[in-house]
Amino acid sequence: MKVSEKSRLRVVNHEDEVLGLLTDCELSTRKDEGNKNCNKYNGEIGREMDGEIDGEVNGEVDGEMDGEMDGVDDEGDHNNDERKHQKLLNVICGLGGRKRLKLAERSEASLQVSEFSVSTEGTGEKLELSELLAPIKVSSSLGSVKKRLKNVKNKKTVELPLSKEENERVLREAAYNKISQDMDKWEPIVMKNRGAAQLVFPLEQERVLDVPIEEVIEGWKVSTPLEKEIFSLLHKNKQPVTNTVLTPEEKASLKAMSLEEAKQRRAELQKARALQSYYEARARREKKVKSKRFHKMLKKKKNKEVLKQFEELRKINPTAALEQLQKIENARIQERMTLKHQNSGKWAKSKAIMAKYDLEARKAMQEQLTKNKELTQKLEVPSESEHDEDEEEDAGLIPAIVNEVQLSIDGPNPWMQKQRLNHVKNSPTQKKPVANEAAESEEEEEATAEDELLLREVEERRAFWKSSKVEQGLQNHTMTTMTVPEKTKEDEELLVHLRDLSKQLKQKAKKIRQNGEQPESPPSATRSKPSVQREERALLNERPARMVEEDLEALDAEEVGQEPELRKPVLERHSNQKNPQKTNEPVTDLHTIISVKPHIANSFLSIPTIVEQEDCDEDIIQKQLIKEAFAGDDVIADFQREKREAEKASEPKDIDLCLPGWGQWGGAGLAISARKRRRFLIKAPKASPRKDKSLPNVVITEKRNVHAAAHQVNVLPFPFTHPNEFEHTIKTPVGTTWNTQRAFQKLTAPQVVTKPGHIIEPIKESNVESSPSHSNLPNLQKKGHQYLNHLKREPVKDA
Amino acid sequence: MKVKMLSRNPDNYVRETKLDLQRVPRNYDPALHPFEVPREYTRALNAVKLERVFAKPFLASLDGHRDGVNCMAKHPKSLSTVLSGACDGEVRIWNLTKRECIRALQAHEGFVRGMCTHFSGTSFFTIGDDKTVKQWKMDGPEYGEEEEPLHTILGKTVYTGIDHHWNKDIFATCGQQVDIWDEQRTSPICSMTWGLDSISSVKFNPIEINILGSCASDRNIVLYDMRQATPLKKVILDMRTNTICWNPMEAFVFTAANEDYNLYTFDMRSLDEPVKVHVNHVSAVLDVDYSPTGKEFVSASFDKSIRIFPVDKMHSREVYHTKRMQHVISVKWTSDNKYILCGSDEMNIRLWKANASEKLGVLTSREKAALNYNQKLKEKFKYHPQISRIARHRHLPKTIYSQIKEQRIMKEARQRKQMNRIKHSKPGSIPFVSEKKKHIVAVVK
Repeated sequence: MKVSEKSRLRVVNHEDEVLGLLTDCELSTRKDEGNKNCNKYNGEIGREMDGEIDGEVNGEVDGEMDGEMDGVDDEGDHNNDERKHQKLLNVICGLGGRKRLKLAERSEASLQVSEFSVSTEGTGEKLELSELLAPIKVSSSLGSVKKRLKNVKNKKTVELPLSKEENERVLREAAYNKISQDMDKWEPIVMKNRGAAQLVFPLEQERVLDVPIEEVIEGWKVSTPLEKEIFSLLHKNKQPVTNTVLTPEEKASLKAMSLEEAKQRRAELQKARALQSYYEARARREKKVKSKRFHKMLKKKKNKEVLKQFEELRKINPTAALEQLQKIENARIQERMTLKHQNSGKWAKSKAIMAKYDLEARKAMQEQLTKNKELTQKLEVPSESEHDEDEEEDAGLIPAIVNEVQLSIDGPNPWMQKQRLNHVKNSPTQKKPVANEAAESEEEEEATAEDELLLREVEERRAFWKSSKVEQGLQNHTMTTMTVPEKTKEDEELLVHLRDLSKQLKQKAKKIRQNGEQPESPPSATRSKPSVQREERALLNERPARMVEEDLEALDAEEVGQEPELRKPVLERHSNQKNPQKTNEPVTDLHTIISVKPHIANSFLSIPTIVEQEDCDEDIIQKQLIKEAFAGDDVIADFQREKREAEKASEPKDIDLCLPGWGQWGGAGLAISARKRRRFLIKAPKASPRKDKSLPNVVITEKRNVHAAAHQVNVLPFPFTHPNEFEHTIKTPVGTTWNTQRAFQKLTAPQVVTKPGHIIEPIKESNVESSPSHSNLPNLQKKGHQYLNHLKREPVKDA
Repeated sequence: MKVKMLSRNPDNYVRETKLDLQRVPRNYDPALHPFEVPREYTRALNAVKLERVFAKPFLASLDGHRDGVNCMAKHPKSLSTVLSGACDGEVRIWNLTKRECIRALQAHEGFVRGMCTHFSGTSFFTIGDDKTVKQWKMDGPEYGEEEEPLHTILGKTVYTGIDHHWNKDIFATCGQQVDIWDEQRTSPICSMTWGLDSISSVKFNPIEINILGSCASDRNIVLYDMRQATPLKKVILDMRTNTICWNPMEAFVFTAANEDYNLYTFDMRSLDEPVKVHVNHVSAVLDVDYSPTGKEFVSASFDKSIRIFPVDKMHSREVYHTKRMQHVISVKWTSDNKYILCGSDEMNIRLWKANASEKLGVLTSREKAALNYNQKLKEKFKYHPQISRIARHRHLPKTIYSQIKEQRIMKEARQRKQMNRIKHSKPGSIPFVSEKKKHIVAVVK
């Protein structure tokens, strides 16, 4: 079968297309039918074998073809077959003869192998049906044929060239697709700019020139004569043209320095710096220390040093020391003459104006006054003894601070202090009374007290009263605070201390007596001894009262601006303190003097407590004032009434439908019957509970306010998806009232910033790298965000 | 004893110079400053009212032309210079700061159809009804020199539009076809055509400089690529487009001014639907120009008004008109984003502020801060009915007002009819066509 097929294919190859198509269809039918028709074919083949095996291939082809075509329906229609056969023969004979000849040749090739039948001649074997049925191995030649056949089948006609329009269309489309793809590169930039919180135009910002000046100058060409001159001058002096960090010399020196040297120097510098910082830190720390005691100590130390220096100076160079003393003395004399420190100068006047507001100024004034007092204090008339005089002078002329320090309460040697005190006139200290008191106690116990001592003490006391008065004034100003318990403690301490001191003094006096030493007394003092004593006693007795008077005067003089109430409590305090002490204890000098101490301390303490009292008073006064001012209106009651009214108004009301005169007599004085009223009254349903029911201080109106509604947004605007979102944008305030300056600037940053007078060029690709939008600005409100999303389109699809 | 003193750093309250403002220490505790929303709302209301009070956009009228101003051109390097061409063939160069004409020349016989400047600002080109393209020096002729063009190209047909390349010595003209010219040659280096119709305007893309857009009288807009010398795509609209303008900041966006009273903003990559339709004009839109920031554009209309539209908004933000201004033929937005120029039929060029209520001149920093704050407030409360009402309010000429009304009625009627049609026919048989798509007839590849 295959063989025949092959032969037929040959034919097809040499014949025209009609046959080709024929075979095509035949092949396909064969394939389809498969083995089912095998028997049929075999029968056919057998028939052909029986019949003539002529050389006429065409005839055979036809026959088979016919068989193929008809055999499916009926096999035995031979007459018809032959007719068709003849017809086909005629058709084929009409074609070129050369090919037919070739075929004829081939048909003679072998007897044994025929294209159209299988002969078993010469083999001596019997052909079996099963062998025929077995698949024939596909030869290579058949494969190539098949391929060619396929090619023939797939071959298409060459299309006509496209029309011009079509061609152009294709070109356009390709070009357009390419361009729109190119355009996609702008998409991110455009989107970014649209969403940017701020755009700054022009996009090409002028860049700051960051070329080093040297380069600029190198490129400089001297053109004008003036420039030439300048440059020539500069070059002549080898002056650096620019302000370079190092001059050439410096550079050279730097180069000259060796590494070790440099290291050493660096180490030195480091050390110096470390030390400096250490000292600085220490000084700062010391300055910060709040302990008064510490500072006292510090001062004392310093003063000691000063004294030491002075002593040394005296030893080494007495003339210089004298000169210094003279200087101080001169200053004092001048002061006395010129009334310099009396707060009458220009500076003082200006300070007096400022004093009302400025604590510093006040202090300065006070200092001035004290200084004035210090300097104008009349010098003690020098005593006869040279030694005394010397000492006196020393004491008088050494700066007050020095004395002060040494006269501190817990000084090392009270006896020495006492001695010094005797000479010191006018240093306003707290220690003096102690000394005085010690002396007094001595007096009281021993009738044979030294006159001159007494005299001096009296004078000292006077000075002290004065100074204490000044101090008080000062303290009133400074308003330093102390608590009451502290004060009492201090008092106790003082008492103990003073007792010790008095004891010491007694011992001292005894010693003196034993030694029989008579301290020199000034003649005037001895003369006036009893009177002085008396005077002093009187002074002691009347002291509190007088002091108060003096206080008052001082206050009047110094604190004009201050309120008089401030002073009152002070007075009270004085009297309070004075009285118990007087009553409790006998009028011993020691105690009376001690009572001074607390008094002074009190003056320290008194102010804050007074202030507190005053505050309370002021509060009360304020309240009273407010009460008076709003005496008439009772706001709370009004509000409650209002609320009640609002509640009443919001309550639903019953509807009364009864008409007078219907169903009964009507007219003046006739009441509608209760039955009728009941019948025609429509009771209102109970109102839902008010929102402000549990809120006593609030009235919530549940009615819609038409006037407010006109200003309200009643539809959620477009870009927002939820009311909360929108409300949030409204709620956050923008103004300076609610925001810091920086935040305000950020919040109100304009969306587009242009530079006046600058041309804005279209965007360029070079601009894109240096992004035009300010990304550092927060995207406070992404405007048109929705729009962007909306704009975002799908990428261009290739057609 | 420790005494705690209240101590403050003087730096916090002492000003450096006496010209500085006194620093006022503030407590920003919100409890101390209640009612922030109502207070800001009041401020916003005041701000928007003030904006309306100060809205005086008209600055100057430049008169001197003896016929309608047909076209204008901006100087690329000088903000104060502007060129205009009239219907009688006269070209004038104006100085805006002095508000006077600095040069006048008779460029053509008949209309000056179009003009453009060289990107360097040294010369400018004009085209006219006399079928010529002329190049002129920007500076006037020397003393004794005659006023004549640098080059003259005589064409076969009338040119109707011209535009210069943004950074090459190339310009494009349009008429029967789009021609690309080298300045040095007398014949075009390439001609592009797509169908036979008269093209009314051609514009170079300022960013992608090889792309051109044109609009023709057969209702289409055509895009071209200069390098490939080929048209790219054509979109056909309902009515004729008079001119187009490219967005100077967004390479693929252009806006077309249409005869059907609308403007269409297109994305070049998808022409089948405009990105936005800008309505509000009541007559044909004749010209359009983008602000240099690319955020807004201005359009000139036959209805004797000019309008400013934000690119992403359907409705105009501003409308300018005066009693004497007739049909506005050309409009330009100056390169510093501050002013608008419009040339109209009645021979005048008018100078407007781009921002009607803007205060001109140097502002102090406080003024600036206040303006910014007000702007922010207006923006924040723009959805509130009172504020939007005041901000929207404009007085219009009676004709425009009545036409708007009339057109609204017509539009409503059309809508109603459409709704009725949909209602009374088989569901789905009458498709809903969006406003954007309605105006696009076809896109031709």
